[in-house]
Amino acid sequence: MLGTILRQTGRYTPAAILTPVWTSLEVVMGILLPYVTASIIDKGINAADVPAIWHYGGQLVILACFGMVFGILAGRFASYSSSGLAANLRTAMYANIRRFSFSDIDKYSTAGLVTRMTTDVASVQNAFQTLLRTSFRAPLNMVSALVMCFFINARLSIIFLVAMLVLSVFLTVLITRAARLYREIFKKYDDLNGVVQENVSAIRVVKAYARENHEISKFDKAALSLYTLNVKAESLMALNHPVMNLTVNACIIAISWWGAHYVVDGSLTTGQLTSLFSYITTILGSLMMLSMVFVQLTRSIASAQRIAEVIEEEPDMSNPENPLSEVADGSIDFDHVWFSYSPGGDYALEDIDLHIRAGETIGVIGGTGSGKSSLANLIPRFYDVSEGSVRVGGVDVREYDMRALRDKVAMVLQNNVLFSGTVADNLRWGREDATLEECREACRQACADEFVEAMPQGYDTIIDQGGANVSGGQRQRLCIARALIKHPKVLILDDSTSAVDTATDAAIRRTFAESLQGATKIIISQRILSIKDADRIVVMDNGRVNGFDTHENLLKNNGIYKEIYAMQTSGGEADFDGGEGRAA
Amino acid sequence: MKKQSNMRRLFSFVMRCYKWNFVIVFVCIALSSVISLAASLFTRSLIDDHISPMLAEGADLAAGYSALGIALVKLGAVLLVGVICGYLHNLLMIFVGHGTMLRLRKSIFSHMESLPLRYFDSNSHGDIMSVYTNDVDTLRQVISSSIPNLVQSVVTIVATLVSMLVLSLPLTLITLVMALGIFRVTTSLGKLSKKYFVQRQKNLGRVNGFIEEMVSGQKVVKAYCREDKSGEEFELLNEDLRRSVYNANRIGNIIMPINHNISHFGYVAISLAGALIVLGGYSQWYFLGLNGSVLTLGTLVSFLTLQRNFTRPVQQISNEINSIVMASAGADRLFALLDEEPEEDEGRVVLVNVTSSEVPVPELREVSGRTGEWAWKSPDGSLKKLEGLLELDTVDFGYVPEKQVLDDITLTAYPGQKIAFVGGTGAGKTTITNLINRFYEIQSGSIRYDGIPVSEIAKESLRRSLGTVLQETRLFSGSVLDNIRYGRLDATDDECRSAARSVYADAFIRRLPNGYDTILDADGGNLSQGERQLLSIARAAVADPPVLILDEATSSIDTRTEKLIQQGIESLMRGRTSFIIAHRLSTVQNSDYICVLDHGRIIERGKHAELLDQKGKYYELYTGNQIV
Repeated sequence: MLGTILRQTGRYTPAAILTPVWTSLEVVMGILLPYVTASIIDKGINAADVPAIWHYGGQLVILACFGMVFGILAGRFASYSSSGLAANLRTAMYANIRRFSFSDIDKYSTAGLVTRMTTDVASVQNAFQTLLRTSFRAPLNMVSALVMCFFINARLSIIFLVAMLVLSVFLTVLITRAARLYREIFKKYDDLNGVVQENVSAIRVVKAYARENHEISKFDKAALSLYTLNVKAESLMALNHPVMNLTVNACIIAISWWGAHYVVDGSLTTGQLTSLFSYITTILGSLMMLSMVFVQLTRSIASAQRIAEVIEEEPDMSNPENPLSEVADGSIDFDHVWFSYSPGGDYALEDIDLHIRAGETIGVIGGTGSGKSSLANLIPRFYDVSEGSVRVGGVDVREYDMRALRDKVAMVLQNNVLFSGTVADNLRWGREDATLEECREACRQACADEFVEAMPQGYDTIIDQGGANVSGGQRQRLCIARALIKHPKVLILDDSTSAVDTATDAAIRRTFAESLQGATKIIISQRILSIKDADRIVVMDNGRVNGFDTHENLLKNNGIYKEIYAMQTSGGEADFDGGEGRAA
Repeated sequence: MKKQSNMRRLFSFVMRCYKWNFVIVFVCIALSSVISLAASLFTRSLIDDHISPMLAEGADLAAGYSALGIALVKLGAVLLVGVICGYLHNLLMIFVGHGTMLRLRKSIFSHMESLPLRYFDSNSHGDIMSVYTNDVDTLRQVISSSIPNLVQSVVTIVATLVSMLVLSLPLTLITLVMALGIFRVTTSLGKLSKKYFVQRQKNLGRVNGFIEEMVSGQKVVKAYCREDKSGEEFELLNEDLRRSVYNANRIGNIIMPINHNISHFGYVAISLAGALIVLGGYSQWYFLGLNGSVLTLGTLVSFLTLQRNFTRPVQQISNEINSIVMASAGADRLFALLDEEPEEDEGRVVLVNVTSSEVPVPELREVSGRTGEWAWKSPDGSLKKLEGLLELDTVDFGYVPEKQVLDDITLTAYPGQKIAFVGGTGAGKTTITNLINRFYEIQSGSIRYDGIPVSEIAKESLRRSLGTVLQETRLFSGSVLDNIRYGRLDATDDECRSAARSVYADAFIRRLPNGYDTILDADGGNLSQGERQLLSIARAAVADPPVLILDEATSSIDTRTEKLIQQGIESLMRGRTSFIIAHRLSTVQNSDYICVLDHGRIIERGKHAELLDQKGKYYELYTGNQIV
């Protein structure tokens, strides 16, 4: 896990390695300084020697200057490499997220991924910076102080060793326990943010059912359990300080006692005893610093794990060894396809066996949850089949380069989204180098040209995030245009005209028939009107194909189709959404 | 100016809630400071009072050691008190910090729940979220570490300063100049770093927004093979963010080494000045200490020790000031949310369950359980049976003052009537229902419910009496059953199931992996739009409200299922006043009353047959789109 994180230092590795070098040099300056100040006192002030003060004072100033330079360098390098690591972590995560298949996407929530890429990365970044700046400073200080102690009196120094052993055992226990708590805390944070997120986006439902108090108690519960855990974790970590102080104080008392004995029996001088005390202070300071680093690292370990999870997530779908990049034609074959969203779960599709010729127009109709969208999702390989195979252009979709396949199989999704940017930017998602003329043409085919041109800046009008400033019907038509720009061999419309009024819907289908003759068109709809002119119609029921034939034949011998037809034609199955964008 | 006042509000909030905690914390800080000072003096007394006497000729070693033993036990006791004080102070601050955070979170959330829809319309969801995720936590750090650190630093500074003044006036002045230097360096670097910090927050927001948009639109990204392109765009934003993080942290990182070494310059300056004064034999009054003592070499050495103790708290204070300044932006956002005006709710009439008896005299009696009968209870205690009569009288409304959305709407829905609204997108259908449940306030005219102006009805009661199925289907994380139960929290599992059966949601729910116990997340997971709508309708069914509002409630449900659930909906609507917005004619044609809306006005109204006879807009819509 830590390896995954540390490998991401990338081109910031030299800076990351140099940081401890600068800190070490800074520490060396820091170790030298006391000798010089001691000289100022002993040889200068106590000896009443002003030139000596000037001399050692000069040395002190020079050392301080060097210390400052090294300190500044260490600070710069530390921030350079840690901010670099953070940037690389974000890049690595986003790179892998982009490889995620549809089922991987279903696994992580949007909010969760955003938190990982922001809050968790920031936590790792800070921990890394602290690590670089103190990981050498504190041990170096401590070791040099210890060495000095042993030099002065080895027997007394054993006290330090015992103390450090006790402390390290204690710290290990403390940190393992706290790490577990912190992992739980992060989960609670997700829960809490989840409640807020839901309330912000579903505030209308909350208010419509007057459920404010219910939501508040839900939130209070989440906040309280977060509080309890946080207090528990921090109280645990707060033990760190007193235990450390107690140990150091015990050392002071022990050294005072034994030290006094040694001084009395002549094996230690008072001066040496004084130095031992000053080294205790150094060791104490370093220990404090180290334990603070440990606390921060402990907190960030949970974050690091969450980041590593995303980076290491193996997308459950990948390109084959020698992918095909040419899609021969728009023929589609389902060979006894079984499909389930989760392994071992119920089948969403059962034994689908369909064969569609290139250039055909196929309608798909069926009840809510009958598997229409699942069927369509398999064609551009958004999901892999559980059994059987799906072929496009005569070749199993798993043998294609996914990019090439999806380039030729354009699908207009049910929950379609536009992105912030201009209308033209959004259209060019279909093909980056599309000219304005091609954009216009696609819009004309999708009956979107009229309203786009009526917009204040036409094709340069800015679409807000989520397409908030266009109506549902307009959004659907732009999404269709976006798909058309690809010049696909297979075009799938998954209930993509539900918010478009019937007249416009008919006009769109007319232009399809004229200008997309070569492409296979699969139209999923609830409106019989949208599909009845198709060459053949698939009637889905409960994950199975109930009928696959022309409108006329289905009317004759398919019960479900007849029923739907009867209902929709018994008068007034039309739309009232006539207002906008009608092809009058 | 305003920023400081927000920080001050926060501090006074904390102080008010945790007065005693702070008193104890301050006492602990003072005690542990004194104890650590005492401990540092012990070395001297160990040597002078204990070891040196024992080194003397013919000293009584046994007595010496026992005295030393007693002194060490005393020291141990004192140090123990210090450790306990330190621990207590840390522990209390944990409670203060997280407790404040808990209180803040709770009050922000409950305040947010009281805000009108307008607030959510006009603020980006990401901004609202970041108050919870970033700002509260930043403020906690300020509260739990900055306040005690400031106190500790001030205590140390005052104590050290007094001692220094006693020793020597001129040297204290030099120290103060140096301290001022450190303070200036820290705050001016802090100012610079704040500039980058602001930039960093801005870039962070942009990266945040980008990820949010791309991750939620990830399926489209995949469908259009835009992985590489979006990666490139991300890299640009990511690099900007990295640069600003680097700059902000770089400055933060160099403050310490600079200050640390400035204090060394001060050390040299004081040694030189001190030595010159002592050796030059100056004993004028202005070179004396406060107690009138002449500077000696011995006191100079002590002074130098004090000087080293003095710089750390100065540095500490300036650092804390910087972090408070940085956190103030968070306090601003937090209080901006808390200062937002909540939804007005001056209504006093509430909805209660009643039982009615006809004999001996017609009478209503308030009861606590569900009876299927409701009444409006006025503040004076009088009950009025809920009938479901809704009247809109010359209502005008616009979401923004410049743009009127509804114009002179007058309409009466008699108890039990089924009223349909039809018309194009933007005609104002949804807006009318938004006004009935008072999501927004009307500008002129009046809306009355059983003769009571809706503004006099408590909002909760008003909305509880209206079962609304919204156009946007939103689910909450929890089981399917929990989502249905959202309509009425005390509904039993069986009631939820039978509600689902009545609207034909049962079949698809039972196909889900864990049936009614399947856990849904906020995005609704793998449920299709139609399935989500079915759940929303089941939610309204279980609520069993006197009045129903269905806003395109079945638009994504296929016609076959719709036909099936129609019966369920019909039986749900029976005896209830219902408002229906739909674009499918079959859904509206058997309404008691159809209003055709166009540009915020009702242009036609009547029954289906009457409207067809009028041969107006309705006729045009109907025939123009009919399938033949």
